[in-house]
Amino acid sequence: MMSTPELAIGSQQGSLLPEIYRVEEVIPETHDTFTLALIPQEGEPMTFAPGQFNMLYAYGAGESAISISGDPDLDGASILHTIRTAGTVTSALRGLRPGDSLGVRGPFGTSWPMEAARGKDVIFIGGGIGLAPLRPAIYRTLNRLERYGRVRVLIGARRPRDLLFMNEIAGWPVETLVSVDRATERWRGHVGVVTPYVRNLEIDPGNTVAMICGPEIMMRYAVMELLNHGMRPKDIFITMERNMKCAVGFCGHCQLGSEFICKDGPVFSYETMQFWFAQREF
Amino acid sequence: MPTTNLEPYLAKHSFFSGLDPADIEEIAGCAKNAAFKAGEYLFKQGENAEFFFVLREGHVVVEVPTARGHSIEISSLGENQILGWSWLMPPYKYQFDCRALKQTKVLEIDGRCLRGKCESNPRLGYELIKRFARVMTNRLQETRLQLLDLYGAPADRS
Repeated sequence: MMSTPELAIGSQQGSLLPEIYRVEEVIPETHDTFTLALIPQEGEPMTFAPGQFNMLYAYGAGESAISISGDPDLDGASILHTIRTAGTVTSALRGLRPGDSLGVRGPFGTSWPMEAARGKDVIFIGGGIGLAPLRPAIYRTLNRLERYGRVRVLIGARRPRDLLFMNEIAGWPVETLVSVDRATERWRGHVGVVTPYVRNLEIDPGNTVAMICGPEIMMRYAVMELLNHGMRPKDIFITMERNMKCAVGFCGHCQLGSEFICKDGPVFSYETMQFWFAQREF
Repeated sequence: MPTTNLEPYLAKHSFFSGLDPADIEEIAGCAKNAAFKAGEYLFKQGENAEFFFVLREGHVVVEVPTARGHSIEISSLGENQILGWSWLMPPYKYQFDCRALKQTKVLEIDGRCLRGKCESNPRLGYELIKRFARVMTNRLQETRLQLLDLYGAPADRS
């Protein structure tokens, strides 16, 4: 059954008590985005499923829900979070240095449908910072490439300087297309929003799973193109972004209809979310 | 029986698929293969729009020259895509520059030749108009999406 995202496997699912982690490394990614590599003060790093997120607590500033962006198959490795500086908490996180500590709760939420996609073609579509929550799923696919059919990755960003992980993307052994809305003189890649490229893909609609992460307006247009190819809503997966506070479905800040984005998502099949995508100002 | 080796290619291409074989033959009669090296211009703004192109291999960028001497890239096109519609309507001048980003092979279709055939064969003309209208609509929508600045809103949960 494809319409249900896989459940979380995290050992700390549902925790309200932060654990203390230490910053191992701060990796600059773009002019406004960075990656924190975190290790627990005690014990082994958590296990997580691709698509899950943690609540990162910057002391004195507050908590923020941040997707895990690292490789889920690297045992004992530090946990990576790629963060765009956007507000008080993320600015405080940007100020952390190696050796500093912070609170971590998680992992929370549903995951990308990696098992359900076995034997099928897979299309990843990431827009802007949305590539970060997709990267664990891409890593999982690359780690087990024999399990999947044709794998394609489409990446879009506003400008070349906004593109994430460019040093490693060129080494991914799958078809990858990178496009920017506004090119610079030195840019030699594609120009234009990423969604029209979906139109030109060869897609076997009954045997393809799509995973999309980016701003909701981008996801809406990407979904439209996939549906035009004949893909079924239950085979298209998106990740929803809302104001998550407790991360365990208690507080209701992220409630959307009957769904709590933190607990029932953030990864949903489009079949589950299509009603909301059709509503204005949802 | 194909009269040129381009007809089977045209018949299979999604843009031309479903056209009457006689129409494919007419189009092939106006077409020839061409190649452009990386950096070479397929056309420049203001030139007579003598051709439209079917991209067989490679990658081109459509750009607008600015007064300051550099160009702003507005779109890029790759394999199997259709490039150019200025041949279809007056004043038959290219509106943008188009430059190959790498070695690019195209099918170059002579616009004046094809316009002549469309004048005497309105059915072919109508079919081509419908197909170019679809290409133009898609490009318009893509441009609107670019204007929307899809990636402007933060997608992280912070």
